[in-house]
Amino acid sequence: MALDEYKPQTGKAMLEGEGRSFKQVGTSPDRPDGVDKVTGRARFGADVTAPGMLHAAIVRSPHAHARILKIDTSAAEALDGVKAVVTRADFATGLTGEMWNILENVMADKTALYDGHAVAAVAATSALIARDAAKLVKVEYEVLPHVTDVDAAMATGAPVIREGAADASVPPGLHPNVVRYHESGRGDVEAGFAEADLVIEDHFRTEATHQGYIEPHACLAQMGGDGKGELWCCTQGHWNVQKICAALLGTEQSALRVTASEIGGGFGGKTTVFIEPVALALSRKTSRPVKLVMSRSEVFRATGPTASTSMDVKVGMKKDGTITAMQGTFRLQGGAFPGAPADMTAMCAFAPYNVANLKQVGYDVMSNRPKQAAYRAPGSPMAAFATESVIDELCNQLGLDPIEVRLKNASREGTRASYGPKFQRIGLVETLEAAKAHPHYSAPLKPGQGRGVSCGFWFNFGGETSVSLALSEDGSAQLMVGTPDIGGSRASMALMAAEELGIPYENVRVTIADTASLGYNEVSHGSRVTYASGLATIQAARDAVRKLCGRAAAKWGIPEDAVKWENGCAVPSGPNAGDFDPLPIAEITASMGATGGPIVGHFEATPEGAGVSFATHIVDAEVDPETGKTAVVRYTVVQDAGKAIHPTYVEGQFQGGAAQGIGWALNEEYIYGEDGRLQNAVFLDYRIPVASDLPMIDTVIVEVPNPGHPYGVRGVGETSICPPLAAIANAVSAAAGVRLHELPMSPPRILEALERQRGG
Amino acid sequence: MSKIHVTTTVNGDAVEFLCDARETLLDVLRDRLNLTGAKEGCGTGDCGACSVTLDGRLVCSCLVLGAEAEGREIATVEGMANGEELHPLQQKFIEYAALQCGICTPGILVATKALLERNPDPTETEVRYWLAGNLCRCTGYDKIIRAVMDTAADMREAS
Amino acid sequence: MVEVHLWSGLRARAGGRESIEVEAETVGEMLDALVEACPELEEIIDGGVSVAVDGRVIASTRTEPVKPNSEVYLMQRIKGG
Repeated sequence: MALDEYKPQTGKAMLEGEGRSFKQVGTSPDRPDGVDKVTGRARFGADVTAPGMLHAAIVRSPHAHARILKIDTSAAEALDGVKAVVTRADFATGLTGEMWNILENVMADKTALYDGHAVAAVAATSALIARDAAKLVKVEYEVLPHVTDVDAAMATGAPVIREGAADASVPPGLHPNVVRYHESGRGDVEAGFAEADLVIEDHFRTEATHQGYIEPHACLAQMGGDGKGELWCCTQGHWNVQKICAALLGTEQSALRVTASEIGGGFGGKTTVFIEPVALALSRKTSRPVKLVMSRSEVFRATGPTASTSMDVKVGMKKDGTITAMQGTFRLQGGAFPGAPADMTAMCAFAPYNVANLKQVGYDVMSNRPKQAAYRAPGSPMAAFATESVIDELCNQLGLDPIEVRLKNASREGTRASYGPKFQRIGLVETLEAAKAHPHYSAPLKPGQGRGVSCGFWFNFGGETSVSLALSEDGSAQLMVGTPDIGGSRASMALMAAEELGIPYENVRVTIADTASLGYNEVSHGSRVTYASGLATIQAARDAVRKLCGRAAAKWGIPEDAVKWENGCAVPSGPNAGDFDPLPIAEITASMGATGGPIVGHFEATPEGAGVSFATHIVDAEVDPETGKTAVVRYTVVQDAGKAIHPTYVEGQFQGGAAQGIGWALNEEYIYGEDGRLQNAVFLDYRIPVASDLPMIDTVIVEVPNPGHPYGVRGVGETSICPPLAAIANAVSAAAGVRLHELPMSPPRILEALERQRGG
Repeated sequence: MSKIHVTTTVNGDAVEFLCDARETLLDVLRDRLNLTGAKEGCGTGDCGACSVTLDGRLVCSCLVLGAEAEGREIATVEGMANGEELHPLQQKFIEYAALQCGICTPGILVATKALLERNPDPTETEVRYWLAGNLCRCTGYDKIIRAVMDTAADMREAS
Repeated sequence: MVEVHLWSGLRARAGGRESIEVEAETVGEMLDALVEACPELEEIIDGGVSVAVDGRVIASTRTEPVKPNSEVYLMQRIKGG
């Protein structure tokens, strides 16, 4: 539904953006950085150099868990061209909390906690020498018992990753590897299950996946003995990099200026730091610029992955499809540090449904794996996999239509969310109705094919935001934002600024500012960019418009509030209407130096109105019973975008999330050997979807405006990865005639399930 | 270790450089010739972000040694546009939103240009299999495939 | 008075209560008053919480207003990718 067709519910005030006819917002112009990115001119993390630059390499633990007895750097230092070696001794001491966790992950201290954990780093005059020197660093280890599986890590007798890591939320009696605990719910689940005509409980597991951005982490660091530094790096949030690096190096935040390069994908994996503090420490030690670029296997072994999970979900349903109770236990392994999003998993698990009796429990568990990082709606896709699989099975056994059942139980405005508060305006029902009406849902299936449906939910996020919009003398505008452009956000910002100023889209130049040029900006995460930087852009443009109107009022000698802004011109209004000719922006800005000085609009605040979002996906899958291989033959994404600023880029987010979900569902997984080492740390063995794996991905943009944004925008980046795992599992189960409870549904797992079903 | 002297042609320009025997063509392009359009996504020939052509043949430059460039003709993304005039594929990729982050884009453009030179009328399946060695994590390939198919149609019409 | 609803995992710290009434006009005052009323909640609140006021999820702003009839829920802090 388009925003302008939306009829507000009775008794509701119209939202600001509702019924507004936009001139530019809602069109899909070419992105401002398009030419740079198709010509090879755009500069990504590894694309810059500096005079006198050194190259660095990191020494990593080959053991899953080992005490570091001794690090002998003498042979490495003796190699021609080597300028410095750093270890943990070269970083700040006395850190606590998450900063300590990050430092411990960036450079091990007394213990290597996972295969690939950094223990030392070398800077040399060439990348080849640095790599050779890294091999000459001799580390003496005492190998310790390890654990990499989530259930094994919680079991009695499992090796303890770190004593005392648990926070106050953990009830007594649990294994020390359980470091955070979440429990929420309402009503009486037992009574709810007793009311049901059918109760299904199942156990599910998902393996860790990697965000899989094609650009490995890269940075160029320069830091002097005076503690002042410059850092260029690919990141989703350079203010966060500045904050963390300053803490880890023991310097002041403002002494370090961080510039975000173009970013070759992040998906949550570039919201923290891995190599930047190491490059800075080497630069400080050598007084020369240091470039550090990760290899792909380092990316797999030491950055990013998601949590792996072990989950139990139980749902009770009446014959008419009414859900009477839902209960879930979600155990997430997040590597050798606290932080697996067990709470988010638990809170998202049942959010699409209006159910009186709920209980959700989450365990954040440590193991000898890399520190998990956020990945697109962290925690929610796994939760949806378990919940939506059980709902599908209930529909199958009760002979009910899966979309009708979801509609019957769907959360709406005013429904009490599974995580507590009542929902404001949301668009789940609209996505379900659109899915039901889509030709895909009623299209005939071929033999061997199955259809799956799933809903998904994500919170979205606001966060600290600072932008500035400076007008040029010719009436064009320069917008500075602090959120790296991951998927075309410059275009969305330019559209919103142009809309407010009434100038052509092409006349807005959008720059991603460095940390010295704007106030703090929260990381580009939580689908916040078009929402929060967008809201900030609109408000900064309105601030500039107020100033433009003020100049016109002064020129005309009428009160400021008697001037309004229309189509890029100041226009007298009220009693003065028609007294003066409209004054175009370029005429005001041409003389701004003489009428009060430069005109700049600002916004600095923390927008707190990010609207939650829902999606419904439909997928057709075909399973080859001989090989166990699954082909996704048709895919449709229906999602509520609130208001699509740049519809083509919104579609791109929908398609990208679906494709990543297909990979997660069918192929991608971290495979650990008995020795606790990662066995598939290259793209050949960790297989992300390639072009020949996928069909076209159809999209439907639903627009139910978010009351927290002037135009109704909801974040769109993350929700699209929530439904695919379950939607594909439901399609595969329908096609193969057997339900899969474990991801990925790789050919061996499907063959095994078919074998089991045949009684083999 | 002594370096190898190499004379070659890149995007029509004669160039020479010294390289270590272990350096790849990708290392040489990026670090010695300052042509950073080709990207290193994996270094093992799996992702295609470093795609270039060598005497007209599509290769992963991370799997070719710098020394092997001697006497050959190399074409990279930097040579695709004619001055300010974009190649039709480049234009269509922008128009169709066939890129999000843009890191895989240079490799995919080089690869699709090589495809259309061989096969000006590919089917969707042919495009998908030709590009199966070029990973894109952002787009799900939908808009890339559409951009390639539409460019091919335009170019057939224009020729 | 504002009634603040707790997620069930917190109830053991709040003497089994599902909600606590406090005197507050902003989110910040509400969180401070909660800690005063129930010191066992301090480490949880210090560790980071979000607050839903009438369905709007407030991630961090302490100056956001709460009214006596507002529906207020404590939530675990939201983090995205």
